[in-house]
Formats: sequence, C-alpha cells, structure tokens
Amino acid sequence: MTAAKWRKIRKKIRHGSSYFLLSIIGIIFIYPLLFMFSASFKSNAEIMGSMNLIPSRISFENYIAGWKSAGQYTFGHYIKNTLLITIPVVALTILSSSVVGYGFARFRFKGHKLLFGAMLSTMMLPNAVVIVPRYILFNKFGWLNTYIPFYAPAMLACSSFFIFSMVQFIRGIPRSLDDAAFVDGCSTLGIFIRIILPLSKPCLTSMAVFQFIWSWNDYFNPLIFINSVSKYNVMQGLKLGMDATSGIVWGPIMAMSTISIIPCVIIFFCSQKYFAEGIATSGIKG
Amino acid sequence: MLEKRQREGYLYILPWIIGFLVLQIFPIGMSLYYSFTNFNFGTEIGFVGLNNYIKIFTKDKEVLNSLKITIKYVLMSVPMKLISALLIAMLLNQALKGINFYRTLYYLPSIMGGSVAIAILWRQLFSIDGAVNKVLNLFGIKSIGFLTDPDVALLTISMLSVWQFGSSMIFFLSALKQVPQELYEAARIDGAGKVNSFFRITLPMISPMTLFNLIMQMINAFQEYTAPAVITGGGPLKRTKVLAMTLYETSFSQRRMGYASAISWVMFVIIIALTVFIFATSDRWTYYNDER
Repeated sequence: MTAAKWRKIRKKIRHGSSYFLLSIIGIIFIYPLLFMFSASFKSNAEIMGSMNLIPSRISFENYIAGWKSAGQYTFGHYIKNTLLITIPVVALTILSSSVVGYGFARFRFKGHKLLFGAMLSTMMLPNAVVIVPRYILFNKFGWLNTYIPFYAPAMLACSSFFIFSMVQFIRGIPRSLDDAAFVDGCSTLGIFIRIILPLSKPCLTSMAVFQFIWSWNDYFNPLIFINSVSKYNVMQGLKLGMDATSGIVWGPIMAMSTISIIPCVIIFFCSQKYFAEGIATSGIKG
Repeated sequence: MLEKRQREGYLYILPWIIGFLVLQIFPIGMSLYYSFTNFNFGTEIGFVGLNNYIKIFTKDKEVLNSLKITIKYVLMSVPMKLISALLIAMLLNQALKGINFYRTLYYLPSIMGGSVAIAILWRQLFSIDGAVNKVLNLFGIKSIGFLTDPDVALLTISMLSVWQFGSSMIFFLSALKQVPQELYEAARIDGAGKVNSFFRITLPMISPMTLFNLIMQMINAFQEYTAPAVITGGGPLKRTKVLAMTLYETSFSQRRMGYASAISWVMFVIIIALTVFIFATSDRWTYYNDER
C-alpha cells in the first residue's frame, strides 16, 4: 500500500519535472518565432527598445510598407514567382520520384544493384561540386534567368533521397496485390497507377511537404540561376529588402519574414498526420 | 516475357538515368576537369595541371581561412545539434499526455530550413541592441557582441543550426522507441542506475541512428551558405566566411570557374574522407541488433 503510493508520487514528480523541462526549453525555442510575429506589428523604436511580446499597439503599417517592398516590385510579385517555381517542382518531383521508385522497387534488370548503389551514393554528393558545371551547361542551353534549372532536376529525379524513400515504401506494399492485378490483365503501368500510387499516399504527401518547404526556402540556387529582380523568389526579395536600407528598418522586414514562413507553417500543420510517421522513413535535412 | 519486364524496368528508371548522366555524372567530370584549368568564364580554357590545388594549399590564405572556419563550424554545430536533439528526444520518449504538442513545438523551427527570414531574425535577435542582449541586461549581464565579436560570431551562427534540430530529433525518437523495454527492466533488476543504463543500453542501441544523423548533418553543415551570408556576410574579420561563401564569390562574382572547381573538389574530398573515416571507426561504436 505505502510502497504503491510512494511509487505513484514518484511517478507524478517525474512526469511533472518532465513537463516543466519541456515547457521551459519549449518557450525558449519558440520565443524567436513569437518575437518575429510580434515585431511585425511594432514600430522600429519599439522593436529595438523592448523585448515584450505584446506590441503596445497593433498596427499593420509594417505589412503595408513591406508589401510595397524596396524595388519596383511588390512582395506579392516575389510570392507569385516562388509559386511558379515551387508548384511545378513539387509536382515533377512526386511524379518522377514515384515512377523511378516503382522501377527500382518492383523490377529486376541487369545492373539493378549497381544502379541502385549509384543512386544512393549521390545522396552524399555536395551541391557545390556540380553547381559550376551545371551553371555552364544551363548557360549553353540558354536556361539562365528562367525557372528551367529548377524544373529539370525535379523532372529527372535528381533527389535520390525521395527515390529511396519511395522504394522503401513500395517494398512494404504486398506484391500479391501486383500479382492479382497482373492476372486480371493489368499492365505494369496500370498496376502503378491503380495500386501503387493510391497506397503510397503517406509517402507522396511527406515528399510533397518536404519538397515544398525546401523549394520555398531555397536561396542558394536562385542566387545563381536567377539574375533579374523581376524573377526573384521570396527569399531573394527578403534579402533585397534588407540590403536596400543602410540602417535596417526592422518592422517591414519582420512583417515580410512572417508572411514568408506562413505557407510552410500551414503546410506543416495540415500534414501533421503523415508528417510524424513520414519523416521517420523519408525526411532529412533541416 | 522476362525480357519485356526487364525493358519496362529500364523504362521506369529512365528519367533518373538521364538525370544521373546529364546533371550529376557529367557535371562531376567537368568540374574535375575544370579544376586543372584556368577557366575564367568567357575566355579560352588553358590546362594548368595541379597549380590550382597548389595555390589553395600554399598561397591562398583566403581559401585556407574559409576551410578552417568551415571545419570549426562543423565541429561546433554538428555535435551540439545531435546532443540537443537526443536530449529532447529522450524527454519526448515518455508516455505523457499531450506529448505530440511538444513534439510539434520542437519541430516547428526546423520546417523553415535555410530560410532567409530565419537568418534575418537571427541577425535581429543577436544584434548588439537586439532581444537576446536585452534579456541578458535584465539579469545584469553586459551586452555581448554576438555578431561583432570575432570569437563569438561563428558560435552564434552555429546556434541557428542547433535550433533547427528537428529532423535529427525525430530520427532519434524513432530509434529510442525501438529499444526493447526488457533491457531496461533487466538492468534495473541488476541494480544499474539511470546514468548507467543510458550509457550501456540507450547509447549502444541507438548508435546506428547516431551514425546516420552524424553523416547527414556533417554533409549539410559543410555546405552551409545562407546563414553566414545573411547574418554576418562573412564578417567580422572574415571569421564566419565559410567555404561555400568563398566558393560562391570565386565562381559567380569573380568568374574564376577553374579555381572554384578546385575549391569544390577540396571540399568534396574532405567530405568523402570524413565519411569514410566515420564509417571505418563506426564498427567500434555502433551496435547492430542483428549481429550474430
């Protein structure tokens, strides 16, 4: 009786201290994001003067000023550009990675092992090594300052990471389903479209989420392949806004920064269900 | 029949084969070739042998400095990131009510990845009159030049990477969940304490995941560009000017493509060497459950 009671109390203390630790560290963790959000409503003086999270007055002036942006384009223009890059890239990535993943997972052909190994090893290939020759190549094709340098690698399944997670996922789908469809006269393409794709939804979703977030937040590649401001993405627009003023006026920048992370936050929360499991088998980076 | 199936297999992986050859193998080969030339964008290509490499290691203080800083950055950010990820993963690996809320909370910073917005935020938070110094002042601590002190700036940038430990955390969490509870029970009966079972059970059991996290994070950290470029621009005194920044400058501002290719190959070889080294030593510190 007393021993059981004692254990119960100890458990409560343990749980309580876990909650306490998680909450304290959690507040420190989330503070920067809350700070950014609240700063987007504050005047410059208030941003620099106080660390209070609740602004003394709610004003949308920063959003209006930031949206007008520094250059000749509004921030909306950069958002439109980013969507023009991101949406096709996500669609192409899903399409190419799932087709190639299906090929690797369900077919045995000469050199399968070698090709699969080659595919895996490119996961470790640093972008830095291929970026210069790719730039020269794309320049020859006349693709610089267009969005094709983003579409082409997506269409050609250059992210081995997604192929690999697709292969792993398809391997988990019972082969007997394929066989049954095959007996019923389904072609391999039919099997892919009617059986594999619908069953791979969790994997496809987490792939879409990751590709969206990476593509949306990409700064390095646009920096290299895009050189006219009219084609800048959101990240370049943000950097431009920051560089435009010598003494940084933080308010509008914080407002646009907030806007720039909202799509990622929304997608993250919408895909929660798939995300937690999906990432353990697919996601990396970050 | 079998022939047809083989052909179909090739057909499905065809997009990847094209991408692999045109956008990966060909560029790797070209970049190796360029690294032995004095290729400047728009001029004739001249073969210079090993000169680019010799210059990097003997004359070019700028590149060597960047290399040193990058290695420092990797050594600082990766271990801190993995240790924090593991600690939080262990706290989250408990049957507590509402634990999913905390998991989401800790993952949230990571979904913004290499966003410029986050780098800008970091620049504001850690500036000399920024929010972090305000908090320190509150406790009577003098303001720290997080971004202006040459000895501190790189650490500040590393903290951003640590803050985004989400994916490592999730990987550790999935590994922790797979450790058989009987092991802990048995250890408890044998009189082992919490600390003891952490070092003798938890760490060995999750070691394959540690290896995976270590390699992936190391490769990513070596290529970091956005954070130092936006937060400090490489300063103060070039003390945060990582290799990716020097590489960008050499290739796309100065257009010295040949020399830049040599720099990128130095980076590539170091990454490969470290990966091989980690794998080679991993036998001693990783434990696979299915051994023997």
